[in-house]
Amino acid sequence: MDVAAFSPVPAAIGGAMIGLAAVLFMALNGRIAGVSGVVAGVLAPLRGEGRGDLAWRGAFVAGLFLAPLAASLVRGEIVRVSAPHPWWMMAIGGLLVGYGARLGSGCTSGHGICGLARLSKRSVAATATFMTAGIVAVFILHRWMGF
Amino acid sequence: MRILSALAVGLLFGLGLTISGMIDPAKIISFLDIAGAWDPSLLVVMASALAVSFLGYRIVLARGRPAFEPAFQLPSKTVIDRPLIIGSALFGAGWGLAGLCPGPAISAAALGEPAIYAFIAAMLAGMALNDFLPARRAA
Repeated sequence: MDVAAFSPVPAAIGGAMIGLAAVLFMALNGRIAGVSGVVAGVLAPLRGEGRGDLAWRGAFVAGLFLAPLAASLVRGEIVRVSAPHPWWMMAIGGLLVGYGARLGSGCTSGHGICGLARLSKRSVAATATFMTAGIVAVFILHRWMGF
Repeated sequence: MRILSALAVGLLFGLGLTISGMIDPAKIISFLDIAGAWDPSLLVVMASALAVSFLGYRIVLARGRPAFEPAFQLPSKTVIDRPLIIGSALFGAGWGLAGLCPGPAISAAALGEPAIYAFIAAMLAGMALNDFLPARRAA
């Protein structure tokens, strides 16, 4: 275990905020706070559906986008992230994530948080499956292929 | 109001992802790398988020309806089928490869890393590939 990287306190605080966001979204908007579903809905008007939902979907996405900027302002320094791989590998990852999340009816937020909180059997199966697939992918890439 | 509430919830969700470190692909990959220098932070994030949402959902769903919509919209499917498992497996493979899933990717996009834009563009293409092909459309 990487004791230096393990950050239980920010993880617990951030996790509670994510949980609260999910609860508020259900209480106010009556929906599962599943990011892949919300984002895919932004594309839906392209095929002539869900035009009336575009504004709140866009607002949700804008909130997600603005969050690290708000955090950077409060902290007084820019939050930094870096991509672990060259752009074309990130693109392959993105394609799998986008297609897989839609085919599987959800992602880490919709299944892994909201679905598990509802004790949905489908979400338990989905979460177990994507965790296992993620572990296998990292094992192959990092332990065998040396990325 | 439902637009404002969606903005506020998105912001709170994104702040949670930022504070917990989950917008950093390295953090996700370290969690999935159980044979390496394992970082269990994501497990704590999930446990904490689940504790709050499990209790919160009990309270909220016991009330008749949401504040700004006429009714709760909950998934109706209960059968574990092939699309669920195949989709989740593909999703997990991409998640492990890139260290990003949709929420963190959108938050991280604000931080100007070009390869993350490539991820998001491909993610949208992947979503469209599923949603716009008439043969098989996930709900």
